[in-house]
Amino acid sequence: MLDHSKLPSKQHSDGGWGLVPIQSRAGRFSSYDVADFEPVTGFEAEWKYTPVASLGALLDVKLDGGRYDFSIEIDGAERSNLSTAWVERTDARIGSVSTPEERASANAWTGFGEALVVTVSGDELVEGRVVRSAFGAQPRAAHTIIEAKPNSKGTVIIDNSGDALLAENLEISVGDGARLTVVSVQDWAHDGIHVANHFAKIGRDAFLKHVIVSLSGSIVRVNTNAHLVGEGGDVELFGVYFADAGQHLEQQVYIDHDAPHTKSRSSYRGALQGQGARAVWIGDVLIRPSAPGTDSYEENRNLLLTDGTRADSVPNLEIETGDIAGAGHASASGRFDDEQLFYLQSRGVPEDEARRLVVRGFLSAIIQKIGVPAVQERLEAAIETELRSSIALNRDERAS
Amino acid sequence: MAILEIKDLHVSVETEQGTKPILKGVDLTARDGETHAIMGPNGSGKSTLAYTIAGHPKYHVESGTVTLDGMDLLDMTVDARARAGLFLAMQYPVEIPGVTVTNFLRTAKTAIDGEAPAIRGWIKDVKASMANLRMDTSFADRNVNEGFSGGEKKRHEILQLELLKPRFAILDETDSGLDVDALRVVADGVNRAKEGTNLGVLLITHYTRILRYIKPDYVHVFVDGRIAEEGGPELADRLENEGYDRFLSTANVN
Repeated sequence: MLDHSKLPSKQHSDGGWGLVPIQSRAGRFSSYDVADFEPVTGFEAEWKYTPVASLGALLDVKLDGGRYDFSIEIDGAERSNLSTAWVERTDARIGSVSTPEERASANAWTGFGEALVVTVSGDELVEGRVVRSAFGAQPRAAHTIIEAKPNSKGTVIIDNSGDALLAENLEISVGDGARLTVVSVQDWAHDGIHVANHFAKIGRDAFLKHVIVSLSGSIVRVNTNAHLVGEGGDVELFGVYFADAGQHLEQQVYIDHDAPHTKSRSSYRGALQGQGARAVWIGDVLIRPSAPGTDSYEENRNLLLTDGTRADSVPNLEIETGDIAGAGHASASGRFDDEQLFYLQSRGVPEDEARRLVVRGFLSAIIQKIGVPAVQERLEAAIETELRSSIALNRDERAS
Repeated sequence: MAILEIKDLHVSVETEQGTKPILKGVDLTARDGETHAIMGPNGSGKSTLAYTIAGHPKYHVESGTVTLDGMDLLDMTVDARARAGLFLAMQYPVEIPGVTVTNFLRTAKTAIDGEAPAIRGWIKDVKASMANLRMDTSFADRNVNEGFSGGEKKRHEILQLELLKPRFAILDETDSGLDVDALRVVADGVNRAKEGTNLGVLLITHYTRILRYIKPDYVHVFVDGRIAEEGGPELADRLENEGYDRFLSTANVN
């Protein structure tokens, strides 16, 4: 038994033994300093589904937090409505949205040198695509801030590819009355490892659409916290993922309703195929006493295409007020339905194409909600590629 | 001239109690333009015959043959059978979320014909068939069978029959769960397909009601996995009056 009172960590200073269960999601320990967190054992609520042994460097090693190369493409009538800049750690915007709640996040926070700030302003819709493909394979940290000024309208796409051994934090500040879409695409090299925490703060009558697309990488964990701090705030969180053999794709979602008449919708869908393909979804929704009239719904659906896959899906709903407009959740993980296959084949559609049609249909329910045509088309193409390669693989396995 | 021949067909399914024989030697020959009503009590093997011909993996052919113009259907994949000209209208068609009726129909038509249909003519055909079947145009944008009522599912099956233009169609209890108006609409659709393409039909039904609208040339009565009696349309009239009791009293009822 560890004697927590003698550990330097502050993580369990309240409970002393670290054995007191946290009753509310709101009570989770947070700190900017990695030294305040105890070493990760893999038994923690926030780590128990993750292959932590493979994350060693990101959890414990001091990370390279220097600048990295990126490119930006801006589209819109007023291109000056979107700008990027590197800022020092002392910048007032850093830490204005939230505080890390787990060790990798804190390690990234402790380790980053400068933060990349993307600012959206003006009431003319602007779209920016930040392409990040040069992180390299060494362990590193990154910090990004997306700030949508009050009443602005924008879309920010973060397009990730290439090598990665990356722990990072993204703070998203949606000003009062702003409408922001953030899409993060994880299409890393096959051995890429990425642990990200997205923190969003949604102001009064503001709207955030947040989309996670995880396609490639060996371990990709993108957790999203959305804090609805202003009356009438509205958030839509979507996720699409496709896990191949040996791939671990995870998303932990925490929606914190903290103001009256706030609304949240979250929907995550994934397909899994091949030996050892893993998906994890945890959906925590907290409706505080400060959030009467809240309307919330969350769901996660997984399609298991072959044997040897595993999806963990854990919805949690905490309601601390009697006055809510709606609160619900749904979770379903099912095998590929052979009757669907038979139906399509009986209409002349060959088996491979029938499988593709079913999987595409399953994921398209989310893809259609992204609302950014270029991203949707690219996604459909990427999923098509995934399906072609994995279905061919599947057929070879069946034949052998 | 197309010909569907079923010879001495024996079929079993796996159950928790072990292998269970369902079809115990079925012989049936159907030519294009002909309508064969296949009738019989529940559990007599009518639907098993339909799904076996279509190639559902649940059914194991123990012996016998099924050929279409001499081609061995049993040796083909499910989709190859469809491309050879076979169509099965299902009693309980499944939902396919995220796949619209429009996309589904075009995909199926392209697969059956081996090439994509010319867009303008295709859209016109789809609209005309939908109008004939009293289907609202909004149907095209809905996901396949998702949230469809029982009647809508059956119309959607017949819509496919009209558009895919098979040579032989097996209609598995297409009349079940339909009110008389819907039954008429669906039957008219089958009759249009018959006139247009000289379609051969195997019409599987428990009741004689649909035979008022789709006239059979032959009636086969299934009892305990075999054809117990065959005849012309007059046999259906007799069944309407007498029911299946006369067969069941001598048969081994499961």
